[in-house]
Amino acid sequence: MSAQFLPLRDAMARHVRDGMTVALEGFTHLIPFAAGHELIRQQRRGLTLVRMTPDLIYDQMIGMGCAAGITFSWGGNPGVGSLHRLRDAIEHAWPHAIAVDEHSHAGMAVRYSAGASGLPFGVLKGYAGTDLPAANPTTIATVTCPFTGEELTAVPAIRPDVTILHAQQADREGNVLLRGIVGASREAAMAAATVVVTVEEVVEELDAAMNSFVIPGWQVAAISEVPGGAYPSYALGYYERDNAFYLAWDAIARDRDAFRAWMTRHVTGTADHAAFLRSVGAVA
Amino acid sequence: MTYTPDEMMTVAAARRLKEGAVCFVGIGLPSAACNLARLTHAPGLVLIYESGTVGTRPTVLPLSIGDGELAATARTVVPLPEIFTHYLQAGRVDVGFLGAAQIDRMGDLNSTVIGPYDAPKVRLPGSGGAPEIARHAREVLIVMKQSTRSFVERLDFRTTAGRPGAVITDLGVLEPDAGTRELTLRAMFEGVTVEAVRAACGWPLRVADRLTTIAPPTTTELEVLRALHDRTAKAHAHRVVLTFPS
Repeated sequence: MSAQFLPLRDAMARHVRDGMTVALEGFTHLIPFAAGHELIRQQRRGLTLVRMTPDLIYDQMIGMGCAAGITFSWGGNPGVGSLHRLRDAIEHAWPHAIAVDEHSHAGMAVRYSAGASGLPFGVLKGYAGTDLPAANPTTIATVTCPFTGEELTAVPAIRPDVTILHAQQADREGNVLLRGIVGASREAAMAAATVVVTVEEVVEELDAAMNSFVIPGWQVAAISEVPGGAYPSYALGYYERDNAFYLAWDAIARDRDAFRAWMTRHVTGTADHAAFLRSVGAVA
Repeated sequence: MTYTPDEMMTVAAARRLKEGAVCFVGIGLPSAACNLARLTHAPGLVLIYESGTVGTRPTVLPLSIGDGELAATARTVVPLPEIFTHYLQAGRVDVGFLGAAQIDRMGDLNSTVIGPYDAPKVRLPGSGGAPEIARHAREVLIVMKQSTRSFVERLDFRTTAGRPGAVITDLGVLEPDAGTRELTLRAMFEGVTVEAVRAACGWPLRVADRLTTIAPPTTTELEVLRALHDRTAKAHAHRVVLTFPS
């Protein structure tokens, strides 16, 4: 089976259903904002959202009521401060309460790696002397090494129903090339039942040296060509991270009404990502 | 030259970094301190950011841990699970830099919640890389401004067992007592009094018998740090405009 090339609207409608566990990965870089916005437009509900760093995209999805739960390891606006919509959901159940499955970065990385490897759990030397295991006993436990007797931390595999990535390029066979900071995106993709990818461009031949970071097309269910699909995150070689936008988001997200007005004007009130980019002034 | 407490704190942290050390760097003041050290006395400092950038030499400070600047100026960029397993867990990091919302007298840290975990008054970002950085780095440095709100008798939540080698504050430097491991005031910045340090601490702070004074920033340190911050502010202020091939 090889990847289908679909418009983003159709790719999201076909592969993401209410109640699913969904990982939109990409560590600061290559965050699939266009896909997340499309899920908001389609009013997906009851999603368990998995991401190491929820970032602005999950702040927006949580604030718009898409999430039933969140699995994460660091939930701030990087270099700026709080994710106010994530905070409001946890502190005041607005717009509704969400379940929290909280880990460290190392724990999340190991959970994705276990999922990608077909293992039920992964091990690490982590969490020792902290309150995290007591706060989250269902997904943090200990295991004894059968060879050395050493006590290690065990965390269950993450197996998303759907992992969504943004990448620089795909070729006509659906092979996907990522370049730059890749985070845990490959592990999240290989752990998932279904992989959907948005790309900056579809090319005849990938610009991929040997040992490049390529996800083979037969692992990918659907690909959508969405230029600027990571904005206001970035795609190395195409455009930079809009740090000024991340700074400006703090004031927008701090207030419920300001947040809703912004989302209505720029996301639910726009037909697609190209229209979103025009509406926020991100295209010339 | 006059200077701010933030600048003194950054300079004091930078001075503790030895040439050639491998540093696991967090965003904010640790990032400023590490790059100041790299641009002054320790050009061979190896900076690792948890986004997977190894041996990076940014010309401006990153706003996020994963800015393109970090990737573009790195020796290599590796997947994030590799950073936490091959580099950190396997013992290849000399110095880990941490901050937090709260610290206690043993150097343990809270960056998770203020109030009860299940019904927090303030939900903080959470642990990120901190618990494992503290466990696996050979030395842990903590950088935090001192106040009775942040230097507390009891943590609301223990995110990280800190075990710091030193805590650098805006007033001076605390180090663990060799026997009890309790944080003890060892050094102060010029013009700071013991009373002022004690007043900004939420527990009865122990003070070393012999206190030293940390020399103020040199002209070079201040000039390099300010130029770095100026370049950074300019870089972060501009809005990104996308241009697509037609």
